[in-house]
Amino acid sequence: MPHFALLVALAALAVLGYWVGKQRSLQLVGGGRGIRKLHSLPAYYGFLTALWCALPALLIMAVWLLLQDTIISSLVLSKLPVALRGQNAGELGLLTNDIRNIVLGNIPAAAARPEVLVAAQDYRRLQGIADLALSGLVLAAGLAGLAWVRSRINPALRARNSVERIIELLLLGCSMIAVFVTLGIVLSVLYESLRFFHAVSLDQFLLGLQWSPQTALRADQVGSSGAFGAVPLFLGTVMISGIAMLVAVPVGLFSAIYLAEYANRKFRASVKPVLEILAGIPTVVYGFFAALTVGPFLRHTGELVGLKVASESALAAGLVMGIMIIPFISSLADDMITAVPQSLRDGAYALGATRSETIRQVVLRAALPGIVGGVLLAISRAIGETMIVVMAAGLAANMTANPLEAVTTVTVQIVTLLTGDQEFDSPKTLAAFALGLVLFVVTLILNVVALKVVRKYREQYE
Amino acid sequence: MSTATLATPVATAAEEPAATSPPVPENCKTVGRVTADGALLIARGVNVFYGEKQAITEVSIDIARNQVLAMIGPSGCGKSTFLRCLNRMNDTIEGARVTGSIVLEGQDIYDKHQDVVQLRARVGMVFQKPNPFPKSIYENVAYGPRIHGLAADRVELDEIVHTSLQRAGLWDEVKDRLTSPGTSLSGGQQQRLCIARTIAVNPEVILMDEPCSALDPIATARIEDLIDELRESYAIAIVTHSMQQAARVSQRTAYFHLGDLIEVGETDRIFTNPRHKLTEDYITGRFG
Repeated sequence: MPHFALLVALAALAVLGYWVGKQRSLQLVGGGRGIRKLHSLPAYYGFLTALWCALPALLIMAVWLLLQDTIISSLVLSKLPVALRGQNAGELGLLTNDIRNIVLGNIPAAAARPEVLVAAQDYRRLQGIADLALSGLVLAAGLAGLAWVRSRINPALRARNSVERIIELLLLGCSMIAVFVTLGIVLSVLYESLRFFHAVSLDQFLLGLQWSPQTALRADQVGSSGAFGAVPLFLGTVMISGIAMLVAVPVGLFSAIYLAEYANRKFRASVKPVLEILAGIPTVVYGFFAALTVGPFLRHTGELVGLKVASESALAAGLVMGIMIIPFISSLADDMITAVPQSLRDGAYALGATRSETIRQVVLRAALPGIVGGVLLAISRAIGETMIVVMAAGLAANMTANPLEAVTTVTVQIVTLLTGDQEFDSPKTLAAFALGLVLFVVTLILNVVALKVVRKYREQYE
Repeated sequence: MSTATLATPVATAAEEPAATSPPVPENCKTVGRVTADGALLIARGVNVFYGEKQAITEVSIDIARNQVLAMIGPSGCGKSTFLRCLNRMNDTIEGARVTGSIVLEGQDIYDKHQDVVQLRARVGMVFQKPNPFPKSIYENVAYGPRIHGLAADRVELDEIVHTSLQRAGLWDEVKDRLTSPGTSLSGGQQQRLCIARTIAVNPEVILMDEPCSALDPIATARIEDLIDELRESYAIAIVTHSMQQAARVSQRTAYFHLGDLIEVGETDRIFTNPRHKLTEDYITGRFG
């Protein structure tokens, strides 16, 4: 673990830097009472020194480690006999892997060819040099940073402002990570989708009525032409989300109204945590609840009244998904209702409004934008929910408006398309990216609208 | 502003036998005359508790037609609490308990047969912070008449909204934008909207809880003028922190101190010749 040791050494150096910077600033003004002559408190001079000691050195280390393997590999390969080098890229890659595996001890050295063994030794030697050089460079950079800041410390140096600026940049960097990761995911989904749309046209995908993604792997296979009309999936998704919202919106909203406006403190204190537990149940648990309990129950009930219910039905998945979303809607609506100022309620009561009139006509009215925003967020959750529908809604891409039949959703199809061994350039696999893109765009729009609505409401009362 | 004119007893008062006014309890320590001619809302021996804490002790006072009663006193003296008892707004506070009697035209408002909705239609209230509903200006004023079924049709409702806004002195400023939200008005306009909303229900008593404390001096002056006009038709009780305001708008003043009603009297008399030491100290600015 030489790299870990190096990090520890750098940390120690930074601590030293802190102490040096602090002492230097104190020494410049004669310590104790002289602090007031300093622009910043002594600790800031210490932090500044420590940061300049550690950050550039860390940056050097990161860049170095990023490049080290590639550079060493190419050096080693260039020394190999011409006979071994003159192969195509794929075999060269395998060879490089062999060498690295021997270095790491993954392959017993006895099993390898002599040329490869020699190369592995060379690799090891170069790695040793590189580690030494890295340690030297990093520590030198740390010391240089330390010395540089120390020489610059004087009572007029605005250490506090500099430290705060550096910290601000660090925070910015962290938030940028989120942005860039999102951007990367979007771009990769977009790129793969474009590849899919080379094989299947956009209108065929968005307007086609038949979904049967099995494509032929070999030319002599039959019956697997592949059809990529996603309308049945969209319909299935809309139906299941719709059923879920039919369950979740009234129950969630009414429970929020009861908890916020009617319930006494004791009841509220015991029911709210229970609702929050409901939100904490993993969706896979809801999934088998839907598949093993609700599905069969619906089928039996259906038989009693003479209805034919598939054991995997949109209704079962939608009902359970609705239950899953209840706490989400209820806690958001509860927040919105409690955020309505008491003065509005007082105003209505003072006019002689009853409690239910006050709630319906004033409180809910004031909370409505926030509640609508919450419902939109809940819809985007329902559309993106996967586990419950995988287990309870089935795989058959039926075009049907009957909630008692099996349907399938966008998320279920993405799962089935990408599970098992896959060929990553067939339209079948790429279709998952196109579906993902549709899902992403729809939920993005819903979320943006919802957040706008919620924010507008917040501004009104704060 | 007719600050100096004293309330004149109104003709209607004579129709009611004086006997309906309950006697003031023996243990009432309030200095000055707590009864008033033309009394409409009569409090006798009122105590208010918040849980274990007593906020108001043995308050007896009359609120009379066509005059403004100002309630003054240092913060936490119980004047707002007492005001909120008068239309049972304390009902909404958990743990609040009221004893004693408050009688509105012969009926105890804390009687268990009293319908709170009906009571609040007769005793309206304006709050410290303007609290227009998240509705249009028109709907804000129409809300009360709607829930009490005061208007038979749209024409009548329009008429009520028009007169209420006019009496609140807001009509000319909002007549062209009755459909814009009530919250789009300025603070002073919002407060006049809340007053219009209150008088649209045609109450008999209007309670005001520091109605100007969130307003600038110009808006305050408008509201004070309005209060003076409204006195013609209503019994008004106003809680205020400003002694100047009490002197400007009221005919009678009540001084509260730590939950006790210390002294009641005609406003001129209270401010020029207070009888109780505590009143004098407060008015001359020795504390509070």
